[in-house]
Amino acid sequence: MSQDQFGESTRRAFLGTAAVATAATAVTLAASPTSETALAASSASDARATGSPSADQIKVAQSAASSNLPTKTEPTSGDWTKPAAMAIPKEGYFKLEQGRYGPIFPRTPANYGFTVIAKIKPGREETVREYGKTIEKAVGETPDVLAPLRLHYLRWVIFDVGSGPHFMYQGIFDTDFDKYLEDAVALFVKTGITTVFVNLEGWPDDWKTNLPAVIKFFRENQRPSFLEYGEYPYVTADEVKKALRVKSSLSAMLDQMQ
Amino acid sequence: MVMLEFDDIQHFVLTRVPAITGRYEFLSFRQPSQGRAWLAGIIDKVASAQAVRDGVDSERRWVSVAFTWPGLRALGVDEASLATFPEEFRQGMVARSQVLGDTGINHPDRWIGGLARPDLHAIAILFARNAQERQRVTAEHAAYLARTPGVDVLSTLDLDAIPPFDYARDHFGYRDRLSQPEIEGTGVDPTPGSGKPIKPGEFILGYPDEDGPPVGLPQPETLSRNGTYMAYRRLQEHVGGFRAFLRQHGNTAAEQEWVAAKLMGRWRSGAPLVLAPEKDDPALAADPQRNNNFNYAKMDPFGYAIPLGAHIRRMNPRDTAVNMQRRRMIRRGATYGPALPEGAPEDGIERGIAAFVVCASLVRQFEFAQNVWVNDPNFHELGNERDPIIGNQDGTFDMTMPRRPVRKKITGLPAFTTVKGGAYFFLPGLTALRYLAALSDGGR
Repeated sequence: MSQDQFGESTRRAFLGTAAVATAATAVTLAASPTSETALAASSASDARATGSPSADQIKVAQSAASSNLPTKTEPTSGDWTKPAAMAIPKEGYFKLEQGRYGPIFPRTPANYGFTVIAKIKPGREETVREYGKTIEKAVGETPDVLAPLRLHYLRWVIFDVGSGPHFMYQGIFDTDFDKYLEDAVALFVKTGITTVFVNLEGWPDDWKTNLPAVIKFFRENQRPSFLEYGEYPYVTADEVKKALRVKSSLSAMLDQMQ
Repeated sequence: MVMLEFDDIQHFVLTRVPAITGRYEFLSFRQPSQGRAWLAGIIDKVASAQAVRDGVDSERRWVSVAFTWPGLRALGVDEASLATFPEEFRQGMVARSQVLGDTGINHPDRWIGGLARPDLHAIAILFARNAQERQRVTAEHAAYLARTPGVDVLSTLDLDAIPPFDYARDHFGYRDRLSQPEIEGTGVDPTPGSGKPIKPGEFILGYPDEDGPPVGLPQPETLSRNGTYMAYRRLQEHVGGFRAFLRQHGNTAAEQEWVAAKLMGRWRSGAPLVLAPEKDDPALAADPQRNNNFNYAKMDPFGYAIPLGAHIRRMNPRDTAVNMQRRRMIRRGATYGPALPEGAPEDGIERGIAAFVVCASLVRQFEFAQNVWVNDPNFHELGNERDPIIGNQDGTFDMTMPRRPVRKKITGLPAFTTVKGGAYFFLPGLTALRYLAALSDGGR
């Protein structure tokens, strides 16, 4: 596919990913957390150095080294016992992979996420701040209202470093944003999050009827990370909740056995 | 309720005709005036939904025509108008290959029939009651093309339903056409479990969609109104490989049927596993009041009946996805190639499905389904699976079949299908067809 068909605007792109890591990184990440031997291999060269790599290691190393199989370098699961950091190129991705609305950003040890920063329109700072309470109320009344976003965390920050107040929307979540973009925008409308964006400079006036313009706003205001870290990397919120449920069930079971 | 203009919408969108054969002809126009001349002579053959509804018992053949974006330009649509079409349609299916998962053996470089060519301009779709009628109409069109210079046939494809014709099935033997969305205002009630009727704007341009009044329509409205987009897919089915796979993973015929059912989510008869988890139930399969009446979140949350990654769970996640009313698609099409008799070795003849996904937004409906539901390895957090039937499989993905006490996991799933071609088409309404035929070389 020709890259230039998507034009310059997609280069600094946007939200989301199914992810292509570098080959070396991917070997680390693709090792199955359930396999002791696989865990020992922290890179392609390590895998070779162990002398008797498992078939899985070889398969992983081979597929990672094969550049025409980009999906195979996708870190779909990692070793949660081993903290991991990923330095990310300036573009926000390692290799251009085209999503429906722009380049796809990689899944990192801190999962997917985005950081949207935009200047607040003059005099609207308190309006933006007030919406914190609106979201608090919405989630209080309907705890799963934001569930479709598959979030771990949201951080909303207002800051002013001398050029007026700016709003930062930072989200960490478990889905490639490009994939679920329309669902997210629909939810933003439903929960009034778009009402925050209305107070930001550059937000399209016709956002209700112009999805491409909304997407462009996110693209242009998204600032990709250049480093992401996970103490328990690549673990989804669902997995965390499952583990906590198991722990809770085990505690109850042990109590019953007293 | 909005009234649909049945007399202007091509029947293809709204009607399933009683055809057992068909033919697609892929066309290229050398000069705009030549393309328009061809179109002008064929418009009268293109039936509206109303006409087909009124005469379906007497008609013997049904014709539809649609155009690629370069095809609209080749007919003389001006640049200002062309620019108002959505980006993914302007780019075309070839340019969207990475989004769609058309890589590796599915890459457009390997497509056949000239479908990846930039000068693919139009498709003429014929459905016919029988092979004799197809032959007659094919000859008629060939004679018409001989009288109409400057229209080249890039390729053709004959469609044939698979016998016996008691119900539609694919070459793997799966019953087809069980779950179809219904459009609000057509007067057709969805079968139980098929969801509420969907706003017409999800499928036909110019009408309210699930989000409200129509917005961002291609201009002029005469051109876009009552039109729709179609994603064409020519999907080869590797029947020999599929049957070998079933034998490899099932020692008995019953076990093989079980594996086939788990890949699809339905027994090959069509009976859904949620309602018939242990064994096939042909009576259930044949009953439209029951055969689609199930959900996932409440009835099968862990996939013990229908695996989380099974084909039908991906193509229509029902109550396990949000905004489903905005993701639905209408499927039209047919099988091609001779059926491979049971027990016969693979004969190397290409056979498969040549189908259209009809929707108002290719990026929001068709591309979403391909990109997320079909090919995202992490769908439902599965981690390393793609659609077992139509996903881009290269032997490195798995298929997990939850089962008590221990799940069955098949690693290294082979590709049962290969994309042999595809294209994005715009299927205009009848007024729009006449508008196109009446263009001049200076544009409008």
